[in-house]
Amino acid sequence: MTRTARFDLRDLVAEVLEGVGARPLRLFVSLLGTVVGIGALVLTVGLGQTAGGQLDAHFDSVAAEHAEITPQKKQGADGEERAAAVLPDDSVDRVRRLAGVLAAATLTALPTGGLRVSAVPVHDPSEPETTPPPVYASSGELVEAIGARLVAGRAFDEGHDARGDRVAILGADAATALGIRRLEAQPSVFLGDRSYTVIGILGKSATQAHLAAAVIIPTGAARRDFPAIPADLVALHLDRSAGELVSRQAPIALDPNEPDVFTVAAPSRPTALQNEVGDDLDIVFVAIGLITLLAGGLGIANVTTLSVSERTGEIGLRRALGATRRQIGAQFVTESVVVGALGGVVGVALAVLAIVAVSALRGWTPVLDLPLAFGCAALGAAVGLAAGAYPAAKAARTEPADALRVS
Amino acid sequence: MTIREPRSDQAAPLVELRGVGRSFGSGRAVTALAGIDLQLPAGDYVAITGPSGAGKSTALNILGLLDRPTTGEYLFDGTPTAALDDRRRSELRGSGIGFVFQSFHLLPTRTVRENVMLAFTYGRIPRHERATRARTALERVGLGHRLEAFPATLSGGERQRVAIARAVCTDPRLLLADEPTGNLDRANADAVLALFDDLHADGLTIVVITHDPEVAARARRRVVITDGRLRETPMSEIDR
Repeated sequence: MTRTARFDLRDLVAEVLEGVGARPLRLFVSLLGTVVGIGALVLTVGLGQTAGGQLDAHFDSVAAEHAEITPQKKQGADGEERAAAVLPDDSVDRVRRLAGVLAAATLTALPTGGLRVSAVPVHDPSEPETTPPPVYASSGELVEAIGARLVAGRAFDEGHDARGDRVAILGADAATALGIRRLEAQPSVFLGDRSYTVIGILGKSATQAHLAAAVIIPTGAARRDFPAIPADLVALHLDRSAGELVSRQAPIALDPNEPDVFTVAAPSRPTALQNEVGDDLDIVFVAIGLITLLAGGLGIANVTTLSVSERTGEIGLRRALGATRRQIGAQFVTESVVVGALGGVVGVALAVLAIVAVSALRGWTPVLDLPLAFGCAALGAAVGLAAGAYPAAKAARTEPADALRVS
Repeated sequence: MTIREPRSDQAAPLVELRGVGRSFGSGRAVTALAGIDLQLPAGDYVAITGPSGAGKSTALNILGLLDRPTTGEYLFDGTPTAALDDRRRSELRGSGIGFVFQSFHLLPTRTVRENVMLAFTYGRIPRHERATRARTALERVGLGHRLEAFPATLSGGERQRVAIARAVCTDPRLLLADEPTGNLDRANADAVLALFDDLHADGLTIVVITHDPEVAARARRRVVITDGRLRETPMSEIDR
């Protein structure tokens, strides 16, 4: 009779698949924990990556169409950073003529030190002290230049600016804080004793998110009512293809003799805080995923231990048929690994489906690292290995005579 | 006590127990076997009887290499087994010894054919021979028509015949049966014993543990284990 090597890999695989598939209900229970754990991990990371992808796409779009010009800063003798140059008063006129500049506006933070900002003319000594909203001065094309929109009313224009009209637009948060919701009655905001008619409420800005909490008045009025101070920056709305050209030409337009003192850059990313919050949430969800995965591992360990107890007779039979301790241990630990891997694959698959579904609903492009998906499936197998090691060792240690007697 | 082979065969015995003892636990250990001697030449057919708890199953476990004696020596086919490691003992068990249990030990999720083929997994039978050999073994026990049936659909007698097919399909040299008819009615028990007669006629060495005098009466020799000690019983004593 021809003899071959006994119990080779094919035998092991066949026995493992038979063992795993023989009890579908038990397989389902074993899979559940790993599926949920791996699924939660992949879903958390995948949704984070997908959302991050949308954020990047949005930011890239904003960066391609908006820019801001600021004077360079240098450190003074006292260690304070100061502007190395001053934006000229006619900065907007100078850059507006450049090809590819669709809108331009200066933005100046006004010194309000102690100035009362209120919607009512009379100061009520009993009202609680609040931090007044910041006040900015800007030129006519501000709304377009900063990529914002008005949620109510209108923006001031060059006429307001030239005449020095006392009008104002409010950031949405500032309007809420001042109690101004409707503009039909021509409400006013008081900067100290001076009344400014509110003509518009500004919505979200893609580039100057901080203006949501601000009061903005025309530069002309600011020149009359506040000490003369130079603009902090010039905001630009550009043709998408003109960014590089404008970044070269704008500093020259502002100061042909010393163009290097101005910096043209994409607006600073306004979502840093949101990202930090997002990161915190991610950590929470990853932690939940890991804890669920741990519970899944314990589930596999429990079910495998139960399986070893229930299959004691089978272990005895296999030993009687010639199985070694090592072969018994290998079979049970491999079954556990297969269950873990299966849970990982199913978990990853469900998570990918969920990510695709969420992305489809939100109109996003789903993003998920392929190595991450494979890694998580492998993590399921690793959990199965860790969970099955003890029960498998217990199975291997079972004395065949005892096993046959128990059954 | 040494049981000698009554026939005049000069060949070395297939099974030889020399003063084999087995006790369980430490301290006040329980002695299951108290130094028994037994020789079984190839082709023998022995029934081991005795009261419950006398040590019959312990003897069978030692004969089947499922347990190790505490004292004494066990030679299988001339090979001392005490020094063999788990792998060698398992190999010897898988290729040289077949088992038939009272409770059949069939895997309920596998067909009759698959249950028999399980023996080949550990028995060094080439893969391409397995299906044919399983069919041949099942045809021999009269179950060639139930290859794809599941154990739950078989009668007790049929299940035991599947277990016998599984035990002999690897061409073992020794067949150990522990109360093989304990769960069967008389007709099925007779069918199983008839199979044992056939296997014995083909030269297979058979050891049967039984409480049933009718089963013991079918064997060529009978030994009794009482309180861990073994003695041979003349056929006439059993027959009475």
